[in-house]
Amino acid sequence: MEKYKVVVIGSGPAGLAAALESFKNLDDKKVLIIERDKFLGGILNQCIHPGFGLHYFKEELTGPEYAHRFIEQVIESQIEYLTETHVIDITPEKEIVAVNKKGLKRIKADSIVLAMGCRERTRGAIITPGTRPAGIFTAGQAQRFINIEGYRIGKKAIIVGSGDIGLIMARRLTLEGIEVKAVVEIMPYSTGLRRNIVQCLDDFGIPLLLSHKLVKIHGRYRVEGVTIAKVDFKLKEIPSTERFIECDTVLFSVGLIPENELSKKAGIVLDMRTGGPVVDNTFSTSQKGIFACGNVLHVHDLVDNVTLEAQTAGRYAAMYSQYPELFENNIYINIVAKEGIKYVVPQKLNKTFVQPFVLRFRVDNFYKDAVVTISNAGKVLIKIKKSILTPGEMESIEISQKILSQLDFSNDIVVSLQNI
Amino acid sequence: MSRIYDVAVIGAGVVGMSILRELTRYRLKVCCLERMEDVAEGASKANSGIVHAGYDPIEGTKKARFNVEGNNIFADVCNELDVEYKMIGSLVVAFDDHEINVLEELLQRGKRNGVKGLEIKGQEWVFANEPNLSRNIKAALFAPYSGITNPYKLTIALFENAIQNGADVIFDFEVCKIEKDGNYFVVHSADGRFVKSRLLINCAGVHADEISKMAGSKLFKIYPRRGQYYILDKPEKMPVARVIFQVPTEKGKGILVTPTVDGNVLVGPNSEYIDSKDDTATTQEGLDEVFEKARRVMPSLSKRDVITIFSGIRATPDTHDFIIEEDENIKNFINVAGIESPGLTSSVAIGRYIAELVSDKLNAKINLNFNPYREDIKRFSELSDGEREKMIKLYPSFGNIVCRCELVSEYEIVEAIRRGARTIDSVKRRTRAGMGRCQGGFCLPRVMDILSRELKIDKTHITKFGKNSYILTEKRWED
Ligand SMILES: Cc1cc2nc3c(=O)[nH]c(=O)nc-3n(C[C@H](O)[C@H](O)[C@H](O)COP(=O)(O)OP(=O)(O)OC[C@H]3O[C@@H](n4cnc5c(N)ncnc54)[C@H](O)[C@@H]3O)c2cc1C
Ligand SMILES: Cc1cc2nc3c(=O)[nH]c(=O)nc-3n(C[C@H](O)[C@H](O)[C@H](O)COP(=O)(O)OP(=O)(O)OC[C@H]3O[C@@H](n4cnc5c(N)ncnc54)[C@H](O)[C@@H]3O)c2cc1C
Repeated sequence: MEKYKVVVIGSGPAGLAAALESFKNLDDKKVLIIERDKFLGGILNQCIHPGFGLHYFKEELTGPEYAHRFIEQVIESQIEYLTETHVIDITPEKEIVAVNKKGLKRIKADSIVLAMGCRERTRGAIITPGTRPAGIFTAGQAQRFINIEGYRIGKKAIIVGSGDIGLIMARRLTLEGIEVKAVVEIMPYSTGLRRNIVQCLDDFGIPLLLSHKLVKIHGRYRVEGVTIAKVDFKLKEIPSTERFIECDTVLFSVGLIPENELSKKAGIVLDMRTGGPVVDNTFSTSQKGIFACGNVLHVHDLVDNVTLEAQTAGRYAAMYSQYPELFENNIYINIVAKEGIKYVVPQKLNKTFVQPFVLRFRVDNFYKDAVVTISNAGKVLIKIKKSILTPGEMESIEISQKILSQLDFSNDIVVSLQNI
Repeated sequence: MSRIYDVAVIGAGVVGMSILRELTRYRLKVCCLERMEDVAEGASKANSGIVHAGYDPIEGTKKARFNVEGNNIFADVCNELDVEYKMIGSLVVAFDDHEINVLEELLQRGKRNGVKGLEIKGQEWVFANEPNLSRNIKAALFAPYSGITNPYKLTIALFENAIQNGADVIFDFEVCKIEKDGNYFVVHSADGRFVKSRLLINCAGVHADEISKMAGSKLFKIYPRRGQYYILDKPEKMPVARVIFQVPTEKGKGILVTPTVDGNVLVGPNSEYIDSKDDTATTQEGLDEVFEKARRVMPSLSKRDVITIFSGIRATPDTHDFIIEEDENIKNFINVAGIESPGLTSSVAIGRYIAELVSDKLNAKINLNFNPYREDIKRFSELSDGEREKMIKLYPSFGNIVCRCELVSEYEIVEAIRRGARTIDSVKRRTRAGMGRCQGGFCLPRVMDILSRELKIDKTHITKFGKNSYILTEKRWED
């Protein structure tokens, strides 16, 4: 069996950053990246629009450009990688089984970083009635066909979901000569960035139908149209508001789900709300020596955050592979999401590594003028005023050394939100 | 185009394919005419996949006879054809005294139909054996010989075996006119082709009444009756071990919850008469009905686990029984119509019955070269690591995983195409690529690459399931 200090599964921005950071922190530089696709870079390879790296590089790059900067470093550092290689199994003992055209590979890792990204929710997952003709795509499929393979996927389209991906795809389809009839959003607000609503819809005159639901897909062989309807505040269809829209394409952009089938095989505890593993501030999962970062941990809207998070995970993975004893018998304080907060990552603070870290979270609804507080043992440690909070935008709060020094370690850290 | 056959079968569903395969046991030139581009595009791809024990149909009916016969030989046929079949048993659950009385009736009817092993079990037994069922259940009828299978895989296996044994299947052949020319039927397709045949068998499912009319045969009517379903993601632990039925009503066997042979959970169907025979749409009302009724039996059912929804259309005849007979006036025209549930279970027995009838009529000799065995495609997901390694040595493409949710390799897809798959759905039904939790989100473009390469066609010509179901509309630039 081949042996490595750190094995990274997945080569998107999370995998690349984690591998580079592990590599830097190791004496014995045995790091391996395993990627099932032909190329390194993950989902970024098909995101040819600008909008990546504003925070990390302070300049606006396209997805492939952003990925390229990390791929270059991986190649320069001569970090080993396997492409077109699919990891099919991980055990709690950190043995990996991967498969490619040459055969089955068994690899023993001192530590593993999970960076498998996520998959898209589908038409079926949100239980959309109607027929099942051709012409129904997820945003990712459409992006691949259009941006990588150079095909047109239809003539007239409806987009379901107004998160950033749906918005960006509305613009992309329009630029490709496909008429986007509307972007349909069930919530009363878009979860996409303001900037994207302006640049991707308003600039092209594409209507955004808030509080609207796709209620039925029509067409026998190819999509022939959809019926949409208004919904009330309970998201229930309002009778007699039904409207038929003729189109030959429906694009679903209705959310992402962390890809944790392998994590389950390794017996890792998952968080129902994030869909990813429960981690502490070292990004360690419930299985010692297995770390997680990027979209496999929780869905990010900005790649810059993925990179930062992955660097931390990579650093601790390197540390684990050299000094596993530091991770023995760890004691944790829980970090709990309360009123108004959907989830927090990390979910625990490791008492052995009480070091500054970034707490990331999402709110559970649309809020105007609210305060986010972080408290501990009944004491408010941080209080941040926000004029607008939406579930679509991930929030980050720095937990500094100063705050850590005020902690009562026998009590939970509580994150909550109050209206003002 | 003109071809001459001894027997032509119209419709490539599980019934048509079973008949076709059984006919190849004889030295006959046989073919099947199918309007779609693959087999199992009708009811045979969208049903519950249950191999019924046989306590439902009224004694003395054809339904009762072929159901019980079919159940008896099902395992053997699946064994010959390398198709999944699991005899997991079924329960019909009762919530009150009235329903318990119905169980008693079913038990007696089953006995009269010749069903073995039926037993009414009490509450404790039910909860001990099916702990996830509702605590309101009072008793259940246990049928140990009920089973589950994969209906479209069976149809595909029958098709492959029939082809192996010399049958033809002509796709994209929509029968629109039937004429008589001496001893031959001349069967015309919508696009001007025709086939001549001495004997004609009508297995056109929900359209069988129209075909019968075209042949000038008996007038009966088929009413389309739709059933809607949910498929749930493969659970870590199956919530039910058996097929769980509710007490049947006049509308049918009711909503069931069952494991599938592939490891998913299937929930459905409801029952609704519809206007159009091809309206396989799902509806909000239908889906809500299914979910509510299923929740009554299994309260822990969650919509979070749903990966897809679909519907199937039963071919309900106005005769209230299967129509399986030669027309009195039109010699050599045989209707096999109104084959609603338990048609899947019955299909293998109907096939044998019809083949015997036909061989007698045509005085056919036995085909000594008939080979009843067909081997399924080797599946990455089902092999041990050692076997996988051996396969990859032989065929490197076995190591290239194309569908990540179901672990389907490139080899399997190429093999499916070699065996006749031409569309995305036909690859899907043969390999499961695209049937997992991401529903092809990842593998659709990759399956298209392989189809395009193997069939040497541009991707704009690839369809989901034939006709106008194209996926891509235009090539914009070359890579
Ligand atoms: C349409 C779209 C638009 C976006 N726009 C922006 C934007 O404008 N700005 C921005 O900052 N961010 C944007 N994002 C978000 C950003 O791209 C993601 O947050 C980021 O790419 C996630 O990185 P990751 O490494 O976690 O996952 P991924 O990039 O998805 O990488 C995961 C990798 O793991 C591999 N993998 C998975 N399972 C296995 C296995 N079993 N074996 C081997 N390999 C495996 C996959 O093939 C993949 O390459 C956008 C995303 C999308 C989809
Ligand atoms: C909701 C539902 C649940 C069911 N559950 C079960 C069950 O659990 N167990 C069980 O035993 N049975 C079940 N059944 C019944 C079973 O599915 C059917 O009896 C069986 O599939 C019928 O097969 P078939 O070959 O007769 O029809 P089909 O599979 O419908 O095949 C008919 C074929 O004829 C073709 N055709 C039609 N018109 C023409 C034409 N003009 N020219 C050429 N070709 C034509 C069609 O394209 C189609 O391929 C269920 C059925 C439904 C709908």
